[in-house]
Amino acid sequence: MSMLRRAAAAIFVPVVATSAIAADTDVKAPRLGTPLSTGEIAKWDRTIFADGRGLPPGKGAAKDGRVIYEQKCADCHGLRGEGGTAEELVSEPKPPSGDYPSKAIGSYWPFAPTIFDFVRRSMPPAAAGTLTANETYALTAYLLAANGVIGEGDEMNAKTLAAVHMPNRDGFIWIDVKP
Amino acid sequence: MAGKLTEDDLAPVAGGGLLHRRLFLQGGLVLATAQTATSLGAEEEAKPRAEDPTDPSWIHRTGLPFSGYGTPSKYEKYVARNIGGNRTPAGDGVSWTPLEDLEGIVTPSGLHFERHHDGVPDIDPAAHRLVIHGLVRQPLEFTVSDLLRYPMRSRFLFIECGGNSNAGWHEEPIQRPVGDFHGLVSCSEWTGVPLSILLDEAGVDAKASWVIAEGADAGLLNVSLPLAKLMDDAIVALYQNGERVRPENGYPIRLIVPGWEGITNVKWLRRLHVTDAPAMTRNETAKYTELQPSGKARMFTFVMDAKSLITSPSPGQKMHGANIYEIRGIAWSGRGKIAKVEVSADGGKSWAEAHLQEPVMAQCFTRFRSPWAWNGQSALLKSRATDETGYVQPERDVLVKERGREGYFHYNAIVCWAVDEDGTISHVYA
Ligand code: HEC
Repeated sequence: MSMLRRAAAAIFVPVVATSAIAADTDVKAPRLGTPLSTGEIAKWDRTIFADGRGLPPGKGAAKDGRVIYEQKCADCHGLRGEGGTAEELVSEPKPPSGDYPSKAIGSYWPFAPTIFDFVRRSMPPAAAGTLTANETYALTAYLLAANGVIGEGDEMNAKTLAAVHMPNRDGFIWIDVKP
Repeated sequence: MAGKLTEDDLAPVAGGGLLHRRLFLQGGLVLATAQTATSLGAEEEAKPRAEDPTDPSWIHRTGLPFSGYGTPSKYEKYVARNIGGNRTPAGDGVSWTPLEDLEGIVTPSGLHFERHHDGVPDIDPAAHRLVIHGLVRQPLEFTVSDLLRYPMRSRFLFIECGGNSNAGWHEEPIQRPVGDFHGLVSCSEWTGVPLSILLDEAGVDAKASWVIAEGADAGLLNVSLPLAKLMDDAIVALYQNGERVRPENGYPIRLIVPGWEGITNVKWLRRLHVTDAPAMTRNETAKYTELQPSGKARMFTFVMDAKSLITSPSPGQKMHGANIYEIRGIAWSGRGKIAKVEVSADGGKSWAEAHLQEPVMAQCFTRFRSPWAWNGQSALLKSRATDETGYVQPERDVLVKERGREGYFHYNAIVCWAVDEDGTISHVYA
């Protein structure tokens, strides 16, 4: 084991138990939180998990995604996802290596639902959160197909997207917390 | 004790003229400091007025009026964040804390570094909520005025972007002022409600182990965090350095996760989703992971390892000839307190222990100082931090051998400044 790794392993404590706050057992607090109903939570909850939990109803395929991509994304990410003012979105569908340290979708991203989640909440930057579920599925399908991860004709929906196996699925080692 | 220094006191304790740190405590040394080119400029700016220091005009006139919110002297205008990053879109990028212009351990709030992914939201606190839901007994919503009524705690804590200092991975040493290279780290007093109080109120389910935190910026930045850490010492901060958190730092509320990388300290906090698994968001998979030579990437590298930097003398400043100087710098560790900082003037062949200025606090900047008799010859300055867990800041070649150069994040190697005979200072790999 390398020197660095050894130092880190020896002191690996994800949580320091000596915190002043935790030790402060006497805190007396008011209870001011307002209860939320299931319907209210649904308006807030936009989490999508790696296993597809949280993906909304809807569907889309690469050919529709390409049209939206060219209108709403290509300016920054390049006509074919090769990158521009913003990062590249397309790489070969194989894990990165010393000779091929690519961190784009096909080579690096471990989970396909992450693409849907990020695009829906964050892209395009000037109108974040405005894409519909169908548009987002179509864009996700387009990006996955452009990366060679799925076929051009494959439809993406909550079920098929969760089932996509990303090439770099096993490319990560958890460091400060264990699976 | 001035005037009582003996020859022995001035005998170096390490190569290149490093003196014993006790000399500071004696207060007997008159120190020269390397000066920034810009601060020289500021002095010049004052010159055209040709004021006589023994009888300047301002001792005869009523001064400026009171001000509702003070600002720095106009002569300090040059002390500003350096804005970098993308131009398209304008909201994605960083601004750096000018570490070389600052002293002590607290970063003025207006100089705290920024990393925004889609700009600074203009949040009306009356329309902002913090929601806690998921694996809890009772999902809850808090207004900002609710939160202001809870018991609070303060801690002085650094926040460091996981991508800070990443120019260190470059093949060639970057030549920039220290703040434009390492300034994605700042230190503030953060005050707010211990998150454990709010989570307890919601009643966390025994099956829960993660919390997904989401901000109210455009793009709803989200990251997954282990519940145990949040229960231990996270703060829902409402105040920074005594005043309400600044917009660019998360107004009206920011999640503070002591010692953990900047991205986990979610600004504009609006939602905490208590769960049994990480969501695997873009900012914990595609980004903030570190590809290693093996092809595997380090993930959930939350803790910021110990690091130190010499802020004076540093690149962009100039020495004023052979004299006694104070080497000044900052050190910090996400794992706890700084236990020791050593400095070297001969590129790491020999080391002298620096004086650590009180207070020395966990997960906070620690200011170190070391007297140095510079003989006018070329020298290689380094600092090396050790934290209370025994972790020692690594040399660059060790770090690069271990991690390769594609990791991008978490660069904490020892930094080396070369001082030239002509008094210029540059960044070198040595
Ligand atoms: C105005 C320029 C711009 C436009 C238009 C734009 N993006 Fe982006 N995109 C960015 C920037 C900047 C980032 C990096 C954001 C960050 O660092 O948080 C980004 C990041 C991404 C990423 C993550 C890349 C990675 O490797 O982490 C994806 C995926 C993405 N964009 C998809 C899209 C899609 C799909 C569209 C069209 C709906 C789009 N973008 C439109 C600028 C843009």
